[in-house]
Amino acid sequence: MTDDRHQIEQKPPRSDWRDPAVEFRKGTYCHSAGAKYVEALGLPNPRDWNPADADWKLPPDWKQIILDGMAERLEKYRSFKLFMDVCVRCGACADKCHYYLGSSDPKNMPMVRAELIRSVYRRYFTPAGRVFGSLAGGRELTEEVIKEWFYYFYQCSECRRCSVFCPFGIDTAEITMIGRELLNLIGCNINWVTKPAADCFRVGNHLGIQPHAFKDSLEFAADELEEVTGIKVDIPINRKGAEVLFVMPSADYFATPHYYTLLGYMSLFHEIGLDFTYSAYASEGGNFGLFSSHEMMKRLNAKIYDEARRLGVKWILGGECGHMWRVLHQYMETMNGPADFLEAPVSPVTGTRFDHARSTSMVHICEFTADLLYHDKLKLDPKRNDKWVVTYHDSCNPARGMGLLEEPRYVLKRACNQFHEMPENTIREQTFCCGSGSGLGTDENLEMRLRGGFPRANAVRHVREKQGVNLLACICAIDKATMPTLMDYWVPGVEVAGVHELLGNALVMTGEKERTTNLRGEPLQPAVPETPPEEVPHG
Amino acid sequence: MDLLSSFLIMAALVAVPLLAGVAGGGQGVLLVGIPYAAFAIFIVGLCWRVVGWARSPVPFRIPTTCGQQKSLPWIKSATLDNPSTGTGAVGRMALEVLLFRSLFRNNRAEMYGQRYVFGDSKWLWLGALAFHWSLLVIVLRHLRLFVQPVPACVLALGKVDSFFQIGAPALYLSNVIVLCALMYLMLRRLWDLRLRYICQFSDYFALFLLLGIALSGVLMRYGTRVDVVAVKQLAIGLATFQPVIPAGLGLVFPVHVLLVSTLAAYFPFSKLMHMGGVFLSPTRNLANNSRMKRHVNPWNYPVKTHTYAEWEEEFRDKLTMAGIPLDEAKND
Repeated sequence: MTDDRHQIEQKPPRSDWRDPAVEFRKGTYCHSAGAKYVEALGLPNPRDWNPADADWKLPPDWKQIILDGMAERLEKYRSFKLFMDVCVRCGACADKCHYYLGSSDPKNMPMVRAELIRSVYRRYFTPAGRVFGSLAGGRELTEEVIKEWFYYFYQCSECRRCSVFCPFGIDTAEITMIGRELLNLIGCNINWVTKPAADCFRVGNHLGIQPHAFKDSLEFAADELEEVTGIKVDIPINRKGAEVLFVMPSADYFATPHYYTLLGYMSLFHEIGLDFTYSAYASEGGNFGLFSSHEMMKRLNAKIYDEARRLGVKWILGGECGHMWRVLHQYMETMNGPADFLEAPVSPVTGTRFDHARSTSMVHICEFTADLLYHDKLKLDPKRNDKWVVTYHDSCNPARGMGLLEEPRYVLKRACNQFHEMPENTIREQTFCCGSGSGLGTDENLEMRLRGGFPRANAVRHVREKQGVNLLACICAIDKATMPTLMDYWVPGVEVAGVHELLGNALVMTGEKERTTNLRGEPLQPAVPETPPEEVPHG
Repeated sequence: MDLLSSFLIMAALVAVPLLAGVAGGGQGVLLVGIPYAAFAIFIVGLCWRVVGWARSPVPFRIPTTCGQQKSLPWIKSATLDNPSTGTGAVGRMALEVLLFRSLFRNNRAEMYGQRYVFGDSKWLWLGALAFHWSLLVIVLRHLRLFVQPVPACVLALGKVDSFFQIGAPALYLSNVIVLCALMYLMLRRLWDLRLRYICQFSDYFALFLLLGIALSGVLMRYGTRVDVVAVKQLAIGLATFQPVIPAGLGLVFPVHVLLVSTLAAYFPFSKLMHMGGVFLSPTRNLANNSRMKRHVNPWNYPVKTHTYAEWEEEFRDKLTMAGIPLDEAKND
C-alpha cells in the first residue's frame, strides 16, 4: 500500500460545493447490492449495477420518488425537518468528523454532508428556495446529485460525534439515515448492508449461519473453553422457560477476535449458574436495518421480542455490540414493544433490579457484569491479563446513543492491572469512530476505512508511545472486525479485544484447572513480581 | 458570488432610505408601512415555522448522550449532559440555550507532523455568546423607546450596561461587544477557508444586516445624535397603532429602521429560525430514559417480518438433526 495516506491534505478547497460531480475511485466506495438480496427483502428496483458506471439504471420516475419520499419523511420526522432548517453553518462540526479529518474532502464536513440534501430540500420545499433557487442555497435534483448522495451518505458512519458539538444538536446520523432511506427507494443500496440484512431476515443472523451451524459453532467454542479451563459449559439453545434470553451479535460466534469474547460470556454464565438460553432464531443482536431504513430496522429487530415471548423468558441480556445497542436502547421498544410480557430485569446473583431497563427489559452485559463485580460475586485474577497494557475505545453508539461509559471501564479496571485512557478529546462522548461503522466495513472500501479510522488510530498511537499500550479493548462487533486492520496499518503491535474476553481471562472459575493460556490459547505471561527479588549475597 | 450579492443588496438597503431622505419623500412608507409589514411577516412567519416543525412528530427518542447514563445506583450519572428525567432535560436545554453548552465543547483539530492534536477552541463559543447576549440586552433596552413610562427593569438594564460612564452619552458596553462579536463572526467566515467553502448568501446577508443595524444605531447615538424624543414619538405611535411621523429624525434613522425591518421580514425564511428551532431539537430536549419508559411513535405501523413459524418450517430438518427443540405447540 502506498503511503500517501499519511499525507493528509490540509489545504482548504477551492471548488464549489454546489458542483455534485463525484469520482468513484477504487477503495473509497462500497459495492452496490446484489439484485437477489434486494429482491429477498422486497425492496425496490433490484438490478445489477455498479456505482462506477455512468448509467445507474434508476427507475424512470426516480426524481418524483425521491421528492415524494422527502415530503413523507419531513412529515414523519421532526428531526429531519428541523435539521433541514436550523443549521447556521457555524462550522463547529467541521473538524469533528473522522472522515473529514482523514480525507480532507470538504464534503465530509458534517455541515456540508447535510447541505447536500438540504440544498435539494430548499429548492423544492421552501418558498425562498423555490423563488430564488441558488441564491437561497437551493440545488436542482439531478442524477449527479443522487450519485453524490450515494458517495457521501455511505461515507458517514452515523457515529453522531458531530452532534455532540452542534449548538442545535443537529445529528448527521439522522440525516444520513434518511438519505440512505431515500436512496433505497430507487434501489441504490450497498451490498455490505443489504446482504447481511437479507440473511438476517431469512436465516436469523447477518452471516447467514443456519441453526445447526449455529449450534456447531457454540459447541466448538465450548470445547475450546474446556481446553483452556478444564470446564465444560452448557449450550442451551431455544430452551423454553429459561429466565434470561441472551442475544449477541453473530460475529461473536463466527469471527475473531469476537470469538474470545464469546468464551468470556460462556465462562461467566457458567460460573454464576445463569438460567439462560441462546436462540437460533434471534441469533443476531446487530441490526443492519439501522443502516438502511427505519422500516428494515423494525423488521429485523422484531425477532428479539417475538422470541423472548415464545420462549417465555423473564428478561433479555445483550452482548457487546455498538449499533445493536443503539437499536435496543433507543428504538426497540418503540418499534416492537410494549414489552409487557417481560419483567423488570433482576440479577439472579446479586438481586439488583435493573430499574433503568425496567420497561425494555433488556440489560447490557457490561451493566450486568459491573453489578456482579461491585457486589464481589466474581473472583478475578487480573494477573492473567498482565501481558496486556490496555486502553478502552468507547464505541460510538453505546457512548453517544446511550451513555454506557463507566460500566465497561469498571469491568476492565477490575480485570486488568494495566489500564490507560486515551486523550480526553478522543474518548467517552467524544470518542472517534473506527472508520468502518454503519455497514462500511467492507474491504473494497479499505482506503476510506483507514482514512476514517485515522483519528482513532492516532489516539491509540499516543498511548502506545507513552504507556506502551498493546491492547485496544472495545464493546462493538464492528470495532472488533475492523480495528485489527486499522491497528496493523497505523499502529502495528496493538491488538483488539472485547471487554468480556479480558473478564474471561481473569475469571477464576470453580473447579477450573490451572490456566496456562489465555482464552486465545496464548501462554500467560508470567506475572511481573510486585517487589524485586532480594539480592542474594555472593559467596 | 454570494458575498458580493449579499453586499450589493445590503448597499441598496442603505442607499434607498438615504436617497429618499435627501429627496425628502417616502417617509410614510419607510417609517410606517414597511415596519408594520415586516413585523407582521415576522410574527406570522415565526408561528408558521414553529407550528410546521411541531406538526411533525418525534417518532423515536434519540437524545445524543454526552455523559454517563443513569444505570446502576453506585455509578454517578451525568444528570445534565445525559439527563434521565424531564427536569434534567430542562436543565440541559437551559444550559444549551443560555450558555451554549455544546459549542463550549468545541475543540480544534490541528495536524502536527503526522498526528492530530485537539486543542481547546473557545473563540466561537465566546463570540457567539457575546453576540447573542448583547443583542438581547440591546433589544430589551430599546423597550424604553416603545413604552411610556419606561419599566424600571429596562432603566436598570441601561444603567448596568453603561456602568463605566465613558463619554456622553454614556457608552453602552453591549454596543461595543455586539460590534466586536459581529466583526469576529464575519471575519472568521472570510478567514477560515473551510467555512468559506460552504458559506452562502444567507450567512453573509444576515451578518451584513446585523452589522448595518448595529453601526447605524451606534452612529445615531454617538455620532449624529439623533433626536431621541422624536424617535420615541414615532415608536410609541407605531406601538399604539396611531403612527405619527415627527420631524427631525435625520438621515440615518430611516436606514436603521429599514435594516431592522428587512431582518424581521427575512427572519422566518432563513437560518435565523435557529432561534426557535433550538428548543425543539430531539437530540437535546428529550430525557435519555428509553429503557425506563416506552416512547410511543404515533405512526408506528405493522411491517413484514419473518416469523418463528416460517423460520421453523424452513429449517425444520436442520433443527431436528441438530437436536434443537421445536415449538411444542407445533409438535403436539
